[in-house]
Amino acid sequence: MQGRSWFRTLSLIVGFAFLYIPIASLIVYSFNASKLVTVWGGFSTKWYGALLQNDQILGAAWLSLRVAAISATVAVVLGTLAGMVLARFGPFKGRTLFSGLTTAPLVMPEVITGLSLLLLFVTMEQLIGWPAGRGMTTIIIAHVTLTMAYVTVIVQSRLTQMDESLEEAAMDLGARPWKVFFLITLPIIFPALLSGWLLAFTLSLDDLVITSFVAGPGSSTLPMVIFSKVRLGVSPDINALATILVTIVAIGVSIAGVAMSRQQKARERDAQMALAANQQMIESLKKG
Amino acid sequence: MATSPRATQQKFEPWTDPEAKPYVRIEKITKKFGDFVAVDDVSLDIYKKEIFCLLGASGCGKTTLLRMLAGFERPTSGRIYIDGVDMTTIPPYERPVNMMFQSYAVFPHMTVEQNVAFGLKQEGLARAEITRRVGDMLDLVKLGQFAKRKPHQLSGGQRQRVALARALVKKPKLLLLDEPLAALDKKLREHTQFELINIQETLGVTFIVVTHDQEEAMTLSTRVGLMNHGEIVQVGTPSEMYEYPNSRFVAEFIGQVNMFEGKLIEDEPSYVRIGSADLDAPIYVDHGVSSAPGATVWAAVRPEKIQISREKPDDADNWGAGTVRDIAYMGDVSIYLIKLDSGKIVRVTQPNIFRHADDRITWDERVYVHWHATSPVVVTK
Amino acid sequence: MRRFKRLLPRGRTLVTTVPYLWLLLFFLVPFVIVLKISFSQSAIAMPPYEPLLHWASEKMLQVQLNLGNFAFLVEDNLYWKSYLNSIFVAGVSTLLCLLIGYPMAYAMARSNPSTRNILLLLAVLPFFTSFLLRVYAWIGLLKNNGLVNNALMAMGVIDEPIQMLQTDFAVYIGMVYSYLPFMLLPLYSNLEKMDLTLLEAAADLGCKPWQAFVKVTLPLSLPGVIAGCLLVFIPAVGEFVIPSLLGDPGMLMIGKVLWTEFFNNRDWPVASAVAIALLLFLVLPIMYLDRAQNAANEEGERT
Ligand SMILES: Nc1ncnc2c1ncn2[C@@H]1O[C@H](COP(=O)(O)OP(=O)(O)OP(=O)(O)O)[C@@H](O)[C@H]1O
Ligand SMILES: [Mg+2]
Repeated sequence: MQGRSWFRTLSLIVGFAFLYIPIASLIVYSFNASKLVTVWGGFSTKWYGALLQNDQILGAAWLSLRVAAISATVAVVLGTLAGMVLARFGPFKGRTLFSGLTTAPLVMPEVITGLSLLLLFVTMEQLIGWPAGRGMTTIIIAHVTLTMAYVTVIVQSRLTQMDESLEEAAMDLGARPWKVFFLITLPIIFPALLSGWLLAFTLSLDDLVITSFVAGPGSSTLPMVIFSKVRLGVSPDINALATILVTIVAIGVSIAGVAMSRQQKARERDAQMALAANQQMIESLKKG
Repeated sequence: MATSPRATQQKFEPWTDPEAKPYVRIEKITKKFGDFVAVDDVSLDIYKKEIFCLLGASGCGKTTLLRMLAGFERPTSGRIYIDGVDMTTIPPYERPVNMMFQSYAVFPHMTVEQNVAFGLKQEGLARAEITRRVGDMLDLVKLGQFAKRKPHQLSGGQRQRVALARALVKKPKLLLLDEPLAALDKKLREHTQFELINIQETLGVTFIVVTHDQEEAMTLSTRVGLMNHGEIVQVGTPSEMYEYPNSRFVAEFIGQVNMFEGKLIEDEPSYVRIGSADLDAPIYVDHGVSSAPGATVWAAVRPEKIQISREKPDDADNWGAGTVRDIAYMGDVSIYLIKLDSGKIVRVTQPNIFRHADDRITWDERVYVHWHATSPVVVTK
Repeated sequence: MRRFKRLLPRGRTLVTTVPYLWLLLFFLVPFVIVLKISFSQSAIAMPPYEPLLHWASEKMLQVQLNLGNFAFLVEDNLYWKSYLNSIFVAGVSTLLCLLIGYPMAYAMARSNPSTRNILLLLAVLPFFTSFLLRVYAWIGLLKNNGLVNNALMAMGVIDEPIQMLQTDFAVYIGMVYSYLPFMLLPLYSNLEKMDLTLLEAAADLGCKPWQAFVKVTLPLSLPGVIAGCLLVFIPAVGEFVIPSLLGDPGMLMIGKVLWTEFFNNRDWPVASAVAIALLLFLVLPIMYLDRAQNAANEEGERT
């Protein structure tokens, strides 16, 4: 199979180049002095300065961050519950519908989800007077609905990997179900919850279509502002904004990645130690 | 065949005492998964301080029965009593029972110490008390120096001890062990078997052990319950199971056996005579059989209870003539496969008492097999 | 756990009810409302449609079902063309994602474990960065005086810029670019789990490497392929952002049509009818995806 390895390397290089060149170009041109985004006019950080002066963008970013933090948190709670139900509760009446409802938002075209949520909010307002108008609340509800589906998938797959007898053992040792959840299940699946939260946060921060439907006139999120600017053409301050966002994400994900691979290495080392210990134990047992 | 170390100790046979009260009483337990019957009408009495082994092939329902004792499965019908209290519907966290899981289920995010302390913390004991009991228990299972380690820093055998310590530290009335040694290599497994017995005797806890390894069951247990397709087919001490199997299934599951099919030709209270097409002479057995004359029965003879000779035996019964087909040298014994004139293959084991034996029976020799009238066991099913 | 939960009916019910109610209220009920509104008449009001239920007289509640919106969809071939074109574009994009994603996922899954983690990280990293900004990046690359054209001209391949932005080509680029991670992840996790001794067994039984790939790897990775394709295809059918930023303004995509009906024409009933028609088309693939995922999860539980 060695002969084929050049093909594998090539497909990796081409694939990752395709994924990363656009992002790299965004970053490079954010330091371009020229207003014509694609003509290099020397190095400059003036677009970052301009960005910091732009109240519209800053306001939208602040709104988006708050929405993302709240929705991600609610989505993790609901998604964890849903993941537990799917992974641990076995068959129950209405399970098929439930599982369908958790999968569908993942793939449902956003225009449909957005439209239907808006119509729901309008109808609810007519019937019960809540939510009065549209704004942050409706955006959060919409984002939770979308992102909890992702959290559910992550939690469910983590739970199916996890040895169920760990939970049974805790129960056998006298812990009640809710204690089992908080003392055993939660700590073990915590990394999955963290990545679920991060994913939900970025998805919420990024969503344009659904948000456009359910946002009220006074509540423009960052993607909505970007979209309206981008429609008019490329603009260098958007590049600067993109660079900031990409940097934050890259740092966050890299830290997580490095931590994970450190852990893996530590685990491998420990496994070797354990192997040695095993030999030692056999020896001592033979003597004792 | 390994024998139980208990055989050499003072007699411990509460099940023969009609006065003794069973500690665990399983009453007509059935468990169905949908239409599938995993455990079928099982009744068992288990006494205090026993090591009771549930033995059976894979999928016969051992784990399911154990899980019902622990409280993870609700029986479809039947009741379970522990120390006289009906436990059938009590949730696992309120049962005075602990389980050692097949996968050990050692909590990966806690140290050895925290793992062992977990159950005691659930009871709300004082911290000093917990520390003391955890320390004692870790010493007992020889894990004292590993107290601060995380499970992934332990070997399989050490994890097994953590699981054992964690269950035992709660001082359960009953400890359930699901294939406790299956994941260990052969050497470690043999050592650990004897350690388990020592620990059990030190603490006086009742053990129910699930295993599919009959040798392990024989080594560990006071009594064995053999399961097949969800049913208990026989309960008895290891030697009872080996010497007095009640059916062909039991005889063949436990140890090696030669099975001769035949018909009862004489049926007296003190002896029976069986005609078998497999042999040249009838089979004479010195115990009675409760079966109709002319019925098909089987005589089971263990390989080590058969002798081989070059001369025709004097007896009128219990012999056959054949040729040596194969010999396997096992060290302590040699196994002879002898093809009788009827075509039946008989397995015989002979101890290798002398280092050199020039006159040993060898391949393709014409020989006779024969056995004593006390050797066969007659089974009717 | 599933068994002991039975012992605790109240906790179990509570845990199930909360997410279930949320999803019913905010995901299922809205579709019922969309369905309802798709049958009502457009009106100049807020909200801009007429109620379905009328109090015709004192006691009689009259239902006015208006099939006009659907008739409109059938009659006006703008809608037909948009549907067909969306399906076509989504189909081609899915295929392209598969063609690029499979070798990548394969190479990732077969690289040594330490690089594997890094590659996986690299593959999901774009997933975590803004979708909108990544599409936007392509505008800069594909413009007439963009990076690609400039590079090609500098190399002398072309004399004058090729029109790439606002073409179908740009849309495919954007689609593949945005949806590639959705293809990569299920494929990778499937291929990574595969038991490599199977390939050795196949080689041992006389298969050449490419035969082993066709006869063992490919069939075994089929669940991953199906999951990846559905994860790309279903959302791509209704995609709005990519065609509106990168495509020709006249490009007919159903997501854009719905957006226009809603935001520009303010015709909520027709927008709802468009959504319902699209949904009807997507229900089967979504159900299939759900079943495939449940099957995959059960398999995970067994091992
Ligand atoms: N939750 C369940 N649902 C359906 N069937 C089950 C369930 N648990 C066990 N079974 C079935 O019940 C039978 C007995 O299973 P059990 O786990 O008790 O076997 P076992 O004797 O412990 O086997 P092994 O030695 O392989 O562990 C098996 O056929 C198994 O498939
Ligand atoms: Mg079992």
